Amino acid sequence: MSALTRGRALLTGRYRGHVLFASVALLLLAIAPAALDPFRLGLLAKYLCFAIAALGIGLAWGQGGMMTLGQGVFFGLGGYSMGMYLKLNDAGAEGLPDFMVWSGVEELPALWEPFRSPFFALAMVVVLPVAVASVLGLLVFRQRVRGAYFAILSQALAAAFVIWLVGQQGLTGGTNGLTNFYDVFGMDPEDESAQRAFYFTVVAVLGALYLLARQLVRSRFGRLLVAIRDGEDRVRFLGYNPATVKTVTFAVSAAMAGIAGALYVPVVGIISPALLGVVPSIELLVAVAIGGRFSLAGAVLGGVLMNWAHTSLSENWPEGWTYLQGGLFILVIMLAPKGIAGLARQAGDLLARRRSAGAPAAPPAPVKEEVAV
Amino acid sequence: MLDQLPVGLSIAGALLLIALGLTFTFGQMGVINMAHGEFIMAGAYTAYLLQDLAAGQAVLLALPVAFGVAGLMGLVLERLAIRRFYGRPLDTLLLTWGVSLVLQQLARDLFGAPNVNVTAPGWLDGRLELAGMTIPYTRLFIMALAVACVAAIWGYMNRSRQGRRMRAVMQNRELAACSGVVTERVDQLTFFIGSGLAGVAGVALTLIGPIGPTLGTNYIVDAFLVVVAGGLGRLRGAVLAALALGLLNSFVEFWTDASFAKVVVFAAIVAFLQFRPQGMFVLRSRALT
Repeated sequence: MSALTRGRALLTGRYRGHVLFASVALLLLAIAPAALDPFRLGLLAKYLCFAIAALGIGLAWGQGGMMTLGQGVFFGLGGYSMGMYLKLNDAGAEGLPDFMVWSGVEELPALWEPFRSPFFALAMVVVLPVAVASVLGLLVFRQRVRGAYFAILSQALAAAFVIWLVGQQGLTGGTNGLTNFYDVFGMDPEDESAQRAFYFTVVAVLGALYLLARQLVRSRFGRLLVAIRDGEDRVRFLGYNPATVKTVTFAVSAAMAGIAGALYVPVVGIISPALLGVVPSIELLVAVAIGGRFSLAGAVLGGVLMNWAHTSLSENWPEGWTYLQGGLFILVIMLAPKGIAGLARQAGDLLARRRSAGAPAAPPAPVKEEVAV
Repeated sequence: MLDQLPVGLSIAGALLLIALGLTFTFGQMGVINMAHGEFIMAGAYTAYLLQDLAAGQAVLLALPVAFGVAGLMGLVLERLAIRRFYGRPLDTLLLTWGVSLVLQQLARDLFGAPNVNVTAPGWLDGRLELAGMTIPYTRLFIMALAVACVAAIWGYMNRSRQGRRMRAVMQNRELAACSGVVTERVDQLTFFIGSGLAGVAGVALTLIGPIGPTLGTNYIVDAFLVVVAGGLGRLRGAVLAALALGLLNSFVEFWTDASFAKVVVFAAIVAFLQFRPQGMFVLRSRALT
């Protein structure tokens, strides 16, 4: 076997996933930190935070068929949990967070008190999103509310959450959110080495969660999830309870969004309602659609790419970016509903077919979706 | 306290006008049209452009024109894109969200980002004093418009040939096609009417406050909730759900504050779906899902 064919086998054979994972890990852990200046590295860390949230969407939507338009809520719950701890830490034992002083709050609200403990705050990063997602999921999925109904309900949750956050100025910092953190677990967030540490933390968490999600998808549970996506009633007739499977998946995806939000706070230095509402939540979902909803790697890729494009294009060229973004969705949804990952897979299959010349490949399965009506 | 009643009723009226269009596009056809909000905006800007014409009567002129403008936009969208997506409602959501982004930016480029005001005609100035409540004429006009639209749609759906075909296609597309209904034509008409109603709602919204490129997005989430709570494609459901949501919103707002009202309304809807997962009125069928 020549080196060339062996190389090709690595790209198309059964180890394709491992090779891809290893090369991305190498890129993120060794090449990017060496090649990028601290500012760019910080931006990359920000995109990777969104990629973690996108991974959760890939799990819930791509594998489970639950189109969740409210991931911003869970991102926010995680982010605010972290932000509240950091604010209290900065304020000291007796002090109040600065924005409370400005809005005339004199005593620390009871809701804030337990967030003095870093352990409590870190636990809440996961516990709060999981709790909200489980309650909503159980109530909604048990009654067989699904498809478009679920999408609209999750969107309404995002709308209500943001309006509440903005309205409770003294409790949540209102429109400004929580910002100005000076001490993140003993590090100065402005410091270069701290930014580096945040970056590696984000990469490590993303890698771990990706492996976890992949394991979940490959397990019996994952098979069940996909089966529910493609034919919920059939799975119910086989004696399983789809509501439980869906709720657990939804909670896992919420936890991922919460973790993403918590990591976002030290990396970017702010958490505010503008990041969490209806529009950012849809943007995350669309990023997953463009990356490829049926592939976890595609979801991660979409999260990084779209946020990169958003940040780098919208600053220099805001009008054009909106047209480009809108036009891009329309094109991707119409022409390539499986996104970039779907195109890559097609290209890979084409390559494999040419190698084993003549053997007809199975025709691609059409995109199926649960019809709500 | 009593003043909240007309406020709630007029919120309900505006919500109902928006949700009426959705009962056509979402309810009848299963298309989650996120660009519906931008059709509302198009209707509002139509009123803005027409306000200097037909002095004093601009609103009356704007209503049919906005219906036509928004309806045509909907028709073009249906022809160019949405018809490829029937049976994939969640994909239409993404697609139409892209469309709504483009339309919003277009409005920003054409009319500027800041909000603009549409002057209400003189005969809508003033307010009615009734049993201790004060009701501005503009709000009365919105309520009346909503009632008129509901009556017109009810008549159309139940009494006209076209309306009956529409209902037939919604209840069983294959059987309707077998019976000689040209379902494609019905789809076009449904989308035209649904989008046109968004334009009418847009004209009504100009009476409540200033309008801007993001006018639609502020209302669209609530309007979708109305359709979900009322039951897909059910006129009665949309009316009752809009009333319930509007009144609940305004009264909770009165007792607590605006930021809390949305949370309460959301919780109420999730609770309500526990008893009636498919909304207030369900179209009975033997289908499994």
